[in-house]
Amino acid sequence: MERPLTKNIDAGREPLGLKDYEAAGGYQAVRKVLQEMTPEEVTAAVKKSDLRGRGGAGFPTGLKWSFVPMGDDAPRPKYLVCNADEMEPGTFKDRVLLEGDPHQMVEAMIVAGYAMGADVGYIFLRWAYRLANQRLLAAIAEANAAGYLGDNILDSGYSFKLHVHTSAGRYICGEETALLNSLEGKRAIPRAKPPFPQISGLWGKPTIVQNVETLCNVPHIINRGADWFKSISRSAEGGTKLYGVSGRAKNPGCWELPMGTPIREIIDEYAGGMQDGLKLRGLLPGGASTDFLVEEHFDTPMDYASIAAAGSRMGTGTMILLDDGNCPVGMVLNMMEFFARESCGWCTPCREGLPWVEKILQAIEDGNGCAEDLDRLSAHARDLGHGNTFCALAPGAMEPLQSSLKYFREDFQSHITNKRCPWS
Amino acid sequence: MLNDQVQKEIRGELEHYPTPRAGCIEALKIVQNHERWVSDTALQEVADLIGIPAAELEGVATFYNLIYRQPVGKHVILLCDSVSCWLTGCGKIRAGIKQRLNIDFGQTTADDRFTLLPMACLGNCDHAPSMMVGEVLHQDLTPESLDQILEGVD
Repeated sequence: MERPLTKNIDAGREPLGLKDYEAAGGYQAVRKVLQEMTPEEVTAAVKKSDLRGRGGAGFPTGLKWSFVPMGDDAPRPKYLVCNADEMEPGTFKDRVLLEGDPHQMVEAMIVAGYAMGADVGYIFLRWAYRLANQRLLAAIAEANAAGYLGDNILDSGYSFKLHVHTSAGRYICGEETALLNSLEGKRAIPRAKPPFPQISGLWGKPTIVQNVETLCNVPHIINRGADWFKSISRSAEGGTKLYGVSGRAKNPGCWELPMGTPIREIIDEYAGGMQDGLKLRGLLPGGASTDFLVEEHFDTPMDYASIAAAGSRMGTGTMILLDDGNCPVGMVLNMMEFFARESCGWCTPCREGLPWVEKILQAIEDGNGCAEDLDRLSAHARDLGHGNTFCALAPGAMEPLQSSLKYFREDFQSHITNKRCPWS
Repeated sequence: MLNDQVQKEIRGELEHYPTPRAGCIEALKIVQNHERWVSDTALQEVADLIGIPAAELEGVATFYNLIYRQPVGKHVILLCDSVSCWLTGCGKIRAGIKQRLNIDFGQTTADDRFTLLPMACLGNCDHAPSMMVGEVLHQDLTPESLDQILEGVD
């Protein structure tokens, strides 16, 4: 089984420095694109691989890049931004890549930067990732000294500067246009689209925002080609995926596996199944803003199309397990507290609706719910859904709510009928 | 007054961005590194240094979770209370901190040593529950390990 993204990663030691990274085949993709390929050819290679964004939305990467104005009369400077603000609850995959192989991240930025003709790159890193920050800064310093960054890289005529920007905390910064506002030193509220960032992004210039894991795939696609990329998956969607498991499994963790590895296999073979005495009731396949899946779905392959067909989203691919020793109402309440707290407050449905949902759930959990509350929650799930809010935060929040009302309805009802939480 | 060292660090950060304004969040963090929190005076001085209205900088400062506009203790405990940590018992850790330090979310100990704040998912979910004390990450927390961690803080 090939693990291109994590092949250099060994949690038991320091990440590879520049020399060791080069010895392991590192920076070959930079040499290849600068010496043998035009930017358009790099974008075409990524397009051919069908790589889809690993940050949650699954947008085709090559297609995204193709919207950037190219050529001598394109607006400058152009910016490449890596979204390393990993704050989706239950998600810890980008941390593995950033801490484990920082040079891979730097190389990916250079290759992608070249493809779009970027002059400057920013890695937008959440503050809490202190170790990743330290290791990225060390890798960037080494890459600068070796001539992989800066002016006229490897005598190619291409110049690219790379900075790390550490955030000051706010979930909404993961939304790409809010992230751009944050980078500009403003409150991180989302922008209206269009214009899309590829046309008018950071400081009004062409900008691509791309997730860590997505970018880290790019050097490997350049080195080994689209056919190889598609061949290492178990699905119609190519490549590998960093899958994670958290909750009360025996061995929670993160593993790079072929795209399309079934849910049950990830939980049983890699996470070691549930802790003794606990039964798996359901799971969120890719972070807190994805719909619950239950027993009938556990043989589903973890890829975008299959998880969508099962009624959820693969999201970040890091699943959160609900066991029978935890209360489903309490779990959903916890997530709604999170979303209500992290709402940026820009649009009314999200700012006002999420705290209302939270209060209703709190009442149910405390034994103060009434029969009409379930209808009120369903109405919110609809009214805060896609198309009714400025960005995807509240619609994402409604996904676990609406699916919990479907799959765990008897638990909600028992709280209301018996006026107490059976788990408390 | 922002001392020379703070001003120097802020000016260094501003070089990473095409407009000074873009460095304002970093500037606030630099002030915090030196003074623990951002006072009204410091806010005004940073605004003047960067060249934006203080009211605008206040809008930025109050938006971000990790910019403190109130005094905090010497060590800020950021306890993750997101879903993976909730499933694995962060409530017991919160109770343990309350029992030991007599503080809940948003509060500071009487001796000014610790402030406890809730933290959005720390991205360390395979080792939940997790928290940070200052810049140090602590994981796989239990009420017992909590005691050891707090005793080990100076």
